[in-house]
Amino acid sequence: MTSLVPLVVLIPMLGAAVTLTLAGRPRVQRLFAVTALSAVAVLGVVLLLIVDAQGTLVMEVGGWAAPFGIALVVDRLSALLVAVSAIVLLAVLLFSVGQGLADGHDETPVSIYYPSYLILAAGVFTAFSAGDLFNLYVGFEILLVASYVLITLGGSESRIRVGQTYIVVSLVSSMLFLSSIAMIYGATGTVNLAHVALRVAELPVGIQIVLHVMLLLGFGVKSAVFPLSFWLPDSYPTAPAPVTAVFAGLLTKVGVYAIIRTETLLFPGPELNPALLVVASLTMLVGILGAIAQTDLKRMLSFTLVSHMGYLIFGVGLGTAVGTAATIYYIVHHIVVQTTLFLATGLVERIGGTTSLRRLGGLLQASPLVAVLFFVPALNLGGIPPFSGFLGKLGLFQAGAEQGSVLAWVGIGVGALVSLLTLYALIRAWSLAFWRPRPAPVSSDTGALTLTAVDAQTTALPLTPSRPGPGSPATASDADASVPTRADARAAVAAHPDVQGRRRGAAPTLLVGATAGMVLVSLALTVGAGPLFELAERAGKSLEGPSYISSVFPDGVPGIGDGSATDGGSHG
Amino acid sequence: MSLSLVLLVTMAVLYACGVYLLLEKSMTRVLLGFLLVGNATNLLILSMTGVAGGAPIADGDGAAATTDPLPQALGLTAIVITFGVSAFLLALIYRSWKLGRPDEVAVDEADVAVRTEGVPEEEIDGDTRAGDSEFADETGGADAVPGGADSDAPSPEEAPR
Repeated sequence: MTSLVPLVVLIPMLGAAVTLTLAGRPRVQRLFAVTALSAVAVLGVVLLLIVDAQGTLVMEVGGWAAPFGIALVVDRLSALLVAVSAIVLLAVLLFSVGQGLADGHDETPVSIYYPSYLILAAGVFTAFSAGDLFNLYVGFEILLVASYVLITLGGSESRIRVGQTYIVVSLVSSMLFLSSIAMIYGATGTVNLAHVALRVAELPVGIQIVLHVMLLLGFGVKSAVFPLSFWLPDSYPTAPAPVTAVFAGLLTKVGVYAIIRTETLLFPGPELNPALLVVASLTMLVGILGAIAQTDLKRMLSFTLVSHMGYLIFGVGLGTAVGTAATIYYIVHHIVVQTTLFLATGLVERIGGTTSLRRLGGLLQASPLVAVLFFVPALNLGGIPPFSGFLGKLGLFQAGAEQGSVLAWVGIGVGALVSLLTLYALIRAWSLAFWRPRPAPVSSDTGALTLTAVDAQTTALPLTPSRPGPGSPATASDADASVPTRADARAAVAAHPDVQGRRRGAAPTLLVGATAGMVLVSLALTVGAGPLFELAERAGKSLEGPSYISSVFPDGVPGIGDGSATDGGSHG
Repeated sequence: MSLSLVLLVTMAVLYACGVYLLLEKSMTRVLLGFLLVGNATNLLILSMTGVAGGAPIADGDGAAATTDPLPQALGLTAIVITFGVSAFLLALIYRSWKLGRPDEVAVDEADVAVRTEGVPEEEIDGDTRAGDSEFADETGGADAVPGGADSDAPSPEEAPR
């Protein structure tokens, strides 16, 4: 069974190699990429079932025993995240295949896209299955290097600009992580996670805190926690829609995964938990306030992404097993929902020609299906019952109340407020883009949407929180005309030359299908919340130091007589 | 564990210079800063070896007289990764230059647009206005040519401070 573990990394890696050699044959390339990720998705689910039934799988690469060789460890958390990310990666891949088919590859150099995407997948899976710190670092680097390529895809001026910020920030965080690995090696003489966990407990508390903070700083940049989150809303929105979707869904979660490992396995002590709770509340607040100020759909979603990192850090910072379990459920929920929202935004961009909330409007008539596909995950992210967002937040708040410290209660209050503000930001965006009538066109003779920046300056509606009604001044010129019918809206959208050229008004089936599939997955999280929560609780238990260590070293640690060093230090 | 003082001082100097350069606005300097910080980190990894001893594979000396080989392996991996990423960053800077952009970390224009929305023109701080750079005034012609400058185009000069 352990031989399945390296396959989740090997299949996408080999897939990347094959797709790269097939650069001139896009059809075969697409087929290979989809096949590879489908295989990994199936494998991920199988792995999850096996690990849940039999316990943690440990693969010693090359047959070298754990503290000396490189171990790949898949416990329930890893398996769950591998399965969910494989499904998400597959859905986004299908979305981008659909986009490539519809657009004729004129915007994105497709020969590079699929190999980079598969390498990104391999990096994500490497990080999730890493059993030692350095392998985790390598996993991070694999996915980051692939993400550098994807975020600067096509090399246009705006992407080069955001690419520079993104790459430099990522490099600094990698250097922090690498330095902390060096320091941990200096202090403990090992990089194997289980071994480090055993030996770190014997260090003086001061040194433990230094190492702990160093690791958290590195992971904090990657997971966009508040003071270190400034780079994210700047860089994500400029990338192509599927790339943004997969970055938003997965990359930050890999950072959170590393933070969970740090907090539960390496440094289970409570020293930094108050700091994490404070940071979590700030992340939630600052993120959502940023989101409310935005006038662009993608930027707004990027800020809500930052804000929701706060919930995850809140759950980790509680330092209780219940909190960890709630965090695990929330990660799964958030990966799915945030990706779905970005995919739906990709659809909005196709049918509306823009993501600016000043210029969008009337999309409900142009495409009711897309309106629903955006509306459901929007409510879900905002935490409306009975969706998984509500259940996830409820789980986190219950864990917080159970822990009962002042900071936990503050976190609950902030979390509830932020959830309302999220709902406000998303529903305002939905109203502006879908519900209100199309903003008044300037050239009324053709009825075409005017999308140039200059025109937008003169015709933009004042962006007020309240939805402008049909009789508001901005649309007064249209007041005599009845509300445009669905056919009118479609015609108007299609009349724009840019839209006419390659978008044809409606979104192709594969794009809508991939997004609808993701919406269904997010609904499945609601329906299957009970079993999933139980799985998360079991995953939280197998995360704990003693359980993890005994699965990596079933026969005790060579060179250490007493393996029970951390048994006394309970998590939290 | 004893440390080599030379390694330690070199590492500190490299870190200091590297962080200073990383904070610069020019991308080329940021790249240089990244290289320095990367090398400083490699020295940090190396100095975690402890006392230097014989070559790890040579036999006969016993564990005490042998250098710990693991940090060397980690360092090699880190060097390779740093090398690859530097190459990519260089390509990015070159692409940026081809596009006729100034060699600096640009202001996020959408961010500025949100911030200055509804603020009277005279109250906006001149430094933060989108596209407001001395460089753009000097070589404004380069922006007008889509596809970037030719090889004989004037090389982007550093903006005067």
